[in-house]
Order: sequence, then structure tokens, then C-alpha cells
Amino acid sequence: MQSVLNQLYFSDRYNELLDSNGQARPHWQALLAQLESEEPTAMRKRIEAVQRQVRDNGVTYNVYADTHGVQRPWDLDVLPLIIPQDEWQHIAASVAQRATLLNQVLLDVYGEQRLLASGQLPPALIYGHNGFLPSCVGIPHYDNVALHHYAVDLARAPNGQWWVVSDRTQGPTGAGYALENRTIISSAFPELFRDLNIERLSGFFASMRDSLAHWGHRVADNQAQTVPGITALGQGEPPLVVILTPGPYNETYHEQSFLAGYLGYPLVQGSDLTVRNGIVWLKTIAGLRPVHAILRRIDDDYCDPLELNADSLLGVAGLTQAARLGNVLIANALGANLLQSGALLGFLPNLCQSLLGEALRMPSVGTWWCGEPAALEYVIQHLDDLVIKPAYPQVRSSPIFGEDLNPSQKESLIERLRAQPDHYIAQEQVDISHAPVLTSHQHQPQIGSLAVSLRVYAFATPNGYAILPGGLSRVASGKDARVVTMQRGGTSKDTWVLSHDSQPPFSLLRKTNSSQDLVRENAYLSSRMAENLFWYGRYSVRNLQKAMMLRATIRALLEYTPEMRDGEWVTMQGLCQWFDLLPCAEDEEDLANWQPWADDDIEPLLIQSVFSQQSNSLATSVQQLFQQAFNLRERISNDHWRTVNVLSRLFITRHQHATLQDALSYIEQAINHFVTLTGFAMDWMTRDLGWRFMSLGRRIERLQFMCVLLSRALGMPQHSNLEWLLQVTNNLVTYRARYAAQPEWLPVLDLLLMDDNNPNSVVFQIKGLVKYLEEMDAQDNAGGIATELNDCWQALLQLDPDQCFTVGNAALAEWLNRTYAVTLTLSDRLSLRFFSYASPLVIPRY
Amino acid sequence: MRYQVEHQTLYSYDIPVIQSQQLLHMMPRQTDFQQCVSYTLVCEPVPAEQSRRLDFFGNHNDYVTLLVPHESLEVTSRFQVDVQPRPILAELLQSPAWESVHDTLQLQATQHLSATPFVYATAKVQVSEALASFARQCFTPQRSLLDAAMALTQHIYSEFEFDPQATDISTPLDEVLKGRRGVCQDFAHLMIGALRSLGLACRYVSGYILTHPPAGQPRMVGADASHAWVSVYCPVYGWVDFDPTNNCLVQQEHITVAWGRDFSDVSPMRGVVLGGGQQHLTVNVTVTPLEYTTV
Repeated sequence: MQSVLNQLYFSDRYNELLDSNGQARPHWQALLAQLESEEPTAMRKRIEAVQRQVRDNGVTYNVYADTHGVQRPWDLDVLPLIIPQDEWQHIAASVAQRATLLNQVLLDVYGEQRLLASGQLPPALIYGHNGFLPSCVGIPHYDNVALHHYAVDLARAPNGQWWVVSDRTQGPTGAGYALENRTIISSAFPELFRDLNIERLSGFFASMRDSLAHWGHRVADNQAQTVPGITALGQGEPPLVVILTPGPYNETYHEQSFLAGYLGYPLVQGSDLTVRNGIVWLKTIAGLRPVHAILRRIDDDYCDPLELNADSLLGVAGLTQAARLGNVLIANALGANLLQSGALLGFLPNLCQSLLGEALRMPSVGTWWCGEPAALEYVIQHLDDLVIKPAYPQVRSSPIFGEDLNPSQKESLIERLRAQPDHYIAQEQVDISHAPVLTSHQHQPQIGSLAVSLRVYAFATPNGYAILPGGLSRVASGKDARVVTMQRGGTSKDTWVLSHDSQPPFSLLRKTNSSQDLVRENAYLSSRMAENLFWYGRYSVRNLQKAMMLRATIRALLEYTPEMRDGEWVTMQGLCQWFDLLPCAEDEEDLANWQPWADDDIEPLLIQSVFSQQSNSLATSVQQLFQQAFNLRERISNDHWRTVNVLSRLFITRHQHATLQDALSYIEQAINHFVTLTGFAMDWMTRDLGWRFMSLGRRIERLQFMCVLLSRALGMPQHSNLEWLLQVTNNLVTYRARYAAQPEWLPVLDLLLMDDNNPNSVVFQIKGLVKYLEEMDAQDNAGGIATELNDCWQALLQLDPDQCFTVGNAALAEWLNRTYAVTLTLSDRLSLRFFSYASPLVIPRY
Repeated sequence: MRYQVEHQTLYSYDIPVIQSQQLLHMMPRQTDFQQCVSYTLVCEPVPAEQSRRLDFFGNHNDYVTLLVPHESLEVTSRFQVDVQPRPILAELLQSPAWESVHDTLQLQATQHLSATPFVYATAKVQVSEALASFARQCFTPQRSLLDAAMALTQHIYSEFEFDPQATDISTPLDEVLKGRRGVCQDFAHLMIGALRSLGLACRYVSGYILTHPPAGQPRMVGADASHAWVSVYCPVYGWVDFDPTNNCLVQQEHITVAWGRDFSDVSPMRGVVLGGGQQHLTVNVTVTPLEYTTV
């Protein structure tokens, strides 16, 4: 191992693992010993296990420009970054001090503005920054905290000192990834975790929850005192804290949903909230519920289309006014983006002295704001050693390394700097420290070394800032290793802070104290979540039915001669068309002239109907299901999610020369996964109100399909083979057990229509639907939503099986059509009654 | 001079609006040259919630929320103001050279804090080298600030054509500069962008202007419109208003409602509605001179 380590040694940089003599630093030795004692194959397995778990957990980071959908697997290195306790003490104290300082600056700029009046901050840093929001001046803050959540990017200089590279002050991302990295890495090194006393992360999140609960209570008191009709929270009643997300297409949506699940907060979008009487309300299917605190992941100016950026559809109109009245805590306070500016770095040492009366504990990387004439001249003189970056987020420019420029490029950069000096900062180009990384190259584990940066997280409490003991370490892996960001394709690492004390196991799920704390029903089901669950139910069943239909069709093609299947073959093709799996006639005339496909023609079409990524196919249908599940990420278990993930990956690869047999085998695999998902839905989910909506979706979808299937089947010739009907409804086994004979019309129709023990029968769907809907009527006064379906049920019971359960029966066909129509209106009525917030926002222009 | 102003905004919607939140900048400010005598704001249907506050710039903000389903919304702002004459250019001869004003704002910002929010680019009004060189046609070396600003006002007036069809609310400044057409809002933004590109402080003023009917014809009700112009910061005289649309220094015929960094800080009415579908907007403004007072 030492010989390998020798290759890693770089004299010009600090090496996290090795000291200046090339010896491993003491705090790495336990990990090294573990690695050295292992066979290469064991190490390879560890790497693969980590990669698999990242994939299976669906840890993703969305890259906006990625046209291949929304997910890219998170990249996680097996080796952690290890930080000894005494060094960590310094980092934690420095980060807490910096958060305290920045909070003071924020309060001042949006408050008394003494820093501007005294000249300690140049006006350009405030008014030249698009993040300054005049509407937010004068908003009050509970306990004088405006910066609740703060993160900072650190890097280590060649002399071993940690330096601040940049501050993250609006909805800092990554704490959730840090937590998820920990879960994965700790299961890769269980022994080390037992022996090394690594500081645990959950305490930080517990204090985050306590803080938000504390402020939530203050808000609730304010609401009760100032708004008529609002009562104070009851004894032991928790305030309502929500996470406000821009939605599933945001680059860190995965993290947001993970945190929502971990912290137990509803993950809401702007359209889930509304402001009335100066209070923010969550729209739930049980009505409006007052919100007390919002952990936001939406940028400042997108939070309120009424007062801030009018173009935003992500925010909540009136949110600023609610904050102004002290009726909601927004973390971070609106306007916090202002602090996210490299131009501020150079002013912090003096501000720290004047505001906190102490020296800044951790220096920033040498930074010059070109808005100061002397700094501009310095920057122009020393361009080769500097990196030029935008001073404000609104200035669109990638970091420019002076050393990369030829003379004419340099000239034009200097021209730009002189024209808009305020807009740029220059930073010293630092050779940041290297950390070891373990990669698997051609199945051989290889140790390498890459530049590393560390993002540390702070969360405010009423008594100062809590610091996450660890953080998100990232190593550069892109072409330009001088810039470390996830968007450019970096790799993340777990961060281990070694403790002197043994760490008690601790979980955020707190102990229940008394029966009063018992919760039998999730308090809040947002209308949007109810709608997502409803559609997830529908898509799950639709996918399964598509797969069953395709399987039956392909089998019929493979196993029977055209003569053997001449009765049912046209109907089967028609049903595939109904599912949009085979091309459809465009208009009436085409429809009248439609001829069934010949076997040679239909074969490629069927293969396409399984694999095609362009036209409607099982593959695209599975992606839709994946999207639906993605929208529910915080509601479904990890195991459930993993199955969705595996299913979705099944169809991602291209299948250029697939045969019918290949198609069949993929359908079989997909059906297995669908059935597993059904199992999760039926057996693994709590049967709360949300489950009820999913179940409604499943049953409506299945009832619709059964109506279409049977009404088409009734049009077949008398002699048709009915086995496929039993196959696509999963009833072949039941039928054979009951009737040891070829399927015949009366018993088949009885089994598919009337058998209420058969979970795939028509009557089974109707009974369940009527039961749920009547309960909803009773609870929510849903307006007789069950009546029509109940009428259908009664009408079905009136049909005489001996007379009606035969091929071509008009009464039965009419009943099937009528019931199909009822399912359509039912779906619409549920939408209107429970999901109707969905009207799009229209913003008038004056 | 006393004026009565009536500003009626009528929205009609294709399908009912079930919730409507509006933010209005319609109530006129008090200034050194203007006092509001009376003010009423009437909404139809009657709002469920209504409140008023002063914003960061000192403008009156009215918040209105409607929760009753409605297919039309009518907002009428009616007020009387007294407006006094302001100094004419011949009385503003001590204006320093524009370069020194730029330096003052840079180096002695703490003594001119009220001007500093208005020095920098905004999302709507960018600064650029093109705008700076446009400004330099009038801002020649060492020219007095107010003299140069008046020249730029004239320059915009004579070089640009008033054309409501040429632009809309989202037309970027560069396009206005190239197309040489627009409305008062574009001309105000253009002048602001040009002045800020030179590092000067100026604000966007929204209000009304008295129009003069053709000789012998009566004043037409509702034929007026809201108006916008530019206020330039001079360390000696404070804020001095120029109207590039009408080629004048603002005197006694402009009624100030609100000011900000650009239009989006002071738009008379902005809002968010739930439902509504297609919407149609009608605006009627009438400015009536009531009496002449001697000063």
C-alpha cells in the first residue's frame, strides 16, 4: 500500500492523507489498515456495493441542460474525507462565527442600514446586487434571525489552513446528500463506524427541527393574537412546517424529497399554498391549514409573484406580506440571496471587528472586488495569478483563469473589467488540497488523488448556530479540476469527523412519550399529493394491463397459426390500438377501411410497442410511471422506490435488434416488477387517506379497462378462443381450477363480471369504489359522488346471467358502455372536488 | 394649481376568477411641490381584504384581495392634488459637471445615501456600453449635469418616435435604442439606462400629465393616460425631473404618483389571479384642472 501512496504525493499541495514525509497522517491510519488488510476483490465489491446503492436509492442530481430526463446518478466515492477532532473544532467555531456575522449584516441591510450610512459597506454591494429586494426592507425577524440555514464552501491551502471559498445563503443545498452519503458509506464500512467514534449527523437535524418548531410556535402565537378566528396551537400540537420546492425538475429535488421524508415535513409547491388574511395556508383535501414555517428551496425573488418577480409561477402570491406581518417564518428570510456575493468577502474582516468585536476566525481566499479602483488596478497587474468571477449572481460569467488567456483575450477581459468594474471579483488561484479517491478501473481498484472542497452546514437555533459535524466533500473530476461543482460532474464524499467520545446511536425518530403523542393519520394530505397518488394508482394499473395485453398478443402470434386465432385476433389488435400500442386509424374513413395487420407487418410493430423510445410503448409508459412515482418520492418507502428504479432502468438501454422473444422476456420481467409494486401498494402502505386516493385510481383504471375489454370481446365471433381473456385479466388459473374445460362464454363472463372474490372482476372494482366514495360522501359531503356508480352496480345485479352473459348480447354491451362513461365523469368529479386548485395562475400585465 | 384625477381600470375575464390579489401604486405621494388633498380607492366587487403601507421608496402601496368569484374587476382611483411650479432651467445654473457628480456618488456615497439605490442596473434597465455612448452624444466632457440631461431629453424627443405598436412591456432597452420607437415608459427607461451607464443616479417617476385639447374643443373624459418620466439626482439641487416624451423640464403639469428604480417598482396595478382564462383590460384616465392658485 505504501508504494501506491508514494505515487500520490504532491509537494506543492497539501495532501489530506499524507504528511510532508509521505507518511499517512495519524487520523487516516485506521482506514488505511482496513484497506491494506483487504483483498483487491473485497475492495472492488465495496466500490460496487456503494455504486449499486446510490443507483438503487435513486440518489440523483438533476442537471438542467440534461435532455435525457431528470435524473443523473449521484457520484459517491467510497473513501471519506477524514477530519480530526481538534481541527474540526476550529472549523465549526469559524463557521458559526461567520454565520452569526452574515446574519448581522443581513439584518442591518434590510433594517437600519447603519453599515451603508457609516460607509462600512459600499452601496454597490447592496443596490448593485439584484438580490437586494426593496420589498423586504423592514420585515421583522423572530429572535433576530434572518439567516437560518447557511452553508460555506471551504478548501485547504498548501500551508494546511482551511480557507473560505464562498458562502451559500439562500436555500443551501447538499445537507440531505451528506446525510444520504453517510447512510451508504456507513453500511460499506460498518466495522470502522463501530470502532472509530465518528460524529453522527442526526443531532444536527434534530436541532434544526427543534428550532423550526420553536419559531413555528412563536408564529402561531402571533397569528392567534393578531388574526381574528385563529386559535392558538393546542397542548402538544406541533406547528406546521413545510418545505417549499420548485418541483421535480429542480436540480436538487431528490434531496428535497429525501429531507422532507427524513424531517417529517410536507414537501409542497407554491400552488399548494395560498395567502389569505395575511396567513399562509396549505391546501389539503380537508380544507385550508395555517402554515407556521417554510423551509424554502425557491430563490428569493421567485417566492412571491405579487411583490417580487412577477414572472414567477413557482411562488406564493402574498408571501412577503405574510412575512411582514410576522405570520410565517421563512427560512431563509426573503432577500438572503444578497449575501451570496464574492464582493462581500473582502469586507468581512472589518465587519467582524465592528459588529462582533472579534477577529474573523477563518480567512477567505484572497479576493479583490474590482469596484474599488485600487483593487481593479491590482487585478489588472496580476491577472495571471487570479481567477475572475462575477461579483453578483445576475452577472452571467464562468470563472476565467487569467493564466489561460492569450494577449488579445486578456485585452478584452481588461476592457470588460474597466467598463463594469463593480460586476467582477478576482480571487487568488489556490492550489487546494488533494484527497485520496478509490476508483474501479477495469475491475481493479485504483487509488488516486484529487482536489477536494468541503461544504459545511449551519442551522440557527435561538441560542446560536448548530454545525453539522461533517458535510459534503466534493472532488473535482471534470476536465478542469480547478473548479469543483456538482453541475460540472464532480464526485462527492462522506465526511468523517473523528470524536474523542464514543457516539451513542441516535435516530431522529424520537421516542413517543405518552398515548397523547400517538398519531393515527397523517395530519396533512395536500390536494396535489392526493392527485399524485390518484394518478400513480391509475398509471400502475395501466402499465400492468398494457404489459398483459402485449404478452397475450405476442404469444398468440408466436404460438397459433392465423387460422387458430382468427376469431379473437382482430379484437386483440384493436385493444392494443386502444392502448396506443399499435398505430391507430386517423379518421372515420380510415377506420372504415381498416384491415387487420398481416403477421409479417405486425411483428416489427409489436417489437416497437415494447421498446420504442419515440412512439407510445411499454418503455415510454414505464417512464411515465417513474415520473409519477418520482412526484411521490417522499411518500413511498425506499424498497418501493428501488423497485420503481430497477423497473425504469430495464427499458433505458436501446434495443436495436430485438426479436419478439426478446420483447416477451422483457414483458415478463416488467410484469414481475409491476406485481411487486402492486404488493407494495396493497400490503406495504398505510391505509390512510392518501392510500385511499391511490386505491381509487387503481380501481377506476381497472374498471375502465374491463369495460372496454369485455365490450370489445362481446363483438367477437361465437367460436373465438376465450383463453386470452382469462390471460390478460390474470384469471386462467382460477378458471382451470373451477372448470376443467375449454373456456366458454357464460362461466368466463361470470368470473370476469360477477365474482366478488376475484380482485380482477368488474364487480370487485365497483364494490370497492362505492364503499370508498360513500365514506368520502359521509366525511366531506362530496355531493353524492357515489350515486351513479351505485346505480350501475344495481343494474348489473339485475342482468340475468343465462340471458345476458353471451356473445353479442346488447343489454350487457349497453351496460358496459354506460359504466365506462360513468368512470370517466367520476374521474373528473374527483378532480373538481379534491384537486381543483389546479387552475393555472394568470398574471395580468398592466 | 389643483387637479382632479380619475383613473379607472377595468379587467374582464372569460371565465370566473376565484381569487385575485392585487398590488396598487395609485395613491399620489406628497412631495416638495405637491400635496394630496383627497384620495379614494373603490373596487368592484368589494374586496375581502384591503390594506395600505409605505414601501421602501416611500410610495403608497394598496393591497387588495378578492375571494368572491367574479368575471370583471373595476378599480377606480380618484384624487385631488395641489401642484406648485418648480424651478426652471435658468434657475438651476449651479449644476456641477456630470463627471464630478459621478465621482461624488462613487467617493462620497455616505453623504448622498438617498441617491444610491438609483445608480445601478436593474433587471429591466440594464447598463451597457451602447447606452453609455448614446448618452455621451449629449454628456460631452465637463458639461453641466442638468444642461446635459436637458440635451438628452431633447435628443430622445427628436430622435425617437412615439409609437404604441412598436414595443410592449417586455421589449428590451437595446431594441428600443435600435428601433427608435416606443412609448413614455420606453423613453424613460432609455434615459435612465443611458444615465446609469455613465454612473449617474436617476429614478423612474410614474404619474399623470395634463393634456391640452385642441383649441375650441372640450376636454374628453377618459382620454388621458398614465405617464412616466425621469428624475435626475444633482448633488446641488436634489432631484430634477425631465420628461423625454414631451421634451420638457417638469413644471406644473405633471402629477407625481410614485417613483422607483424602474417601472416594475411602481407599476400602477399588478396582481395574480386564480382562474380567469383570457383577460381584457380597459383603462380610462381623466386629468381635470380645477382652479388656478397664485403662488
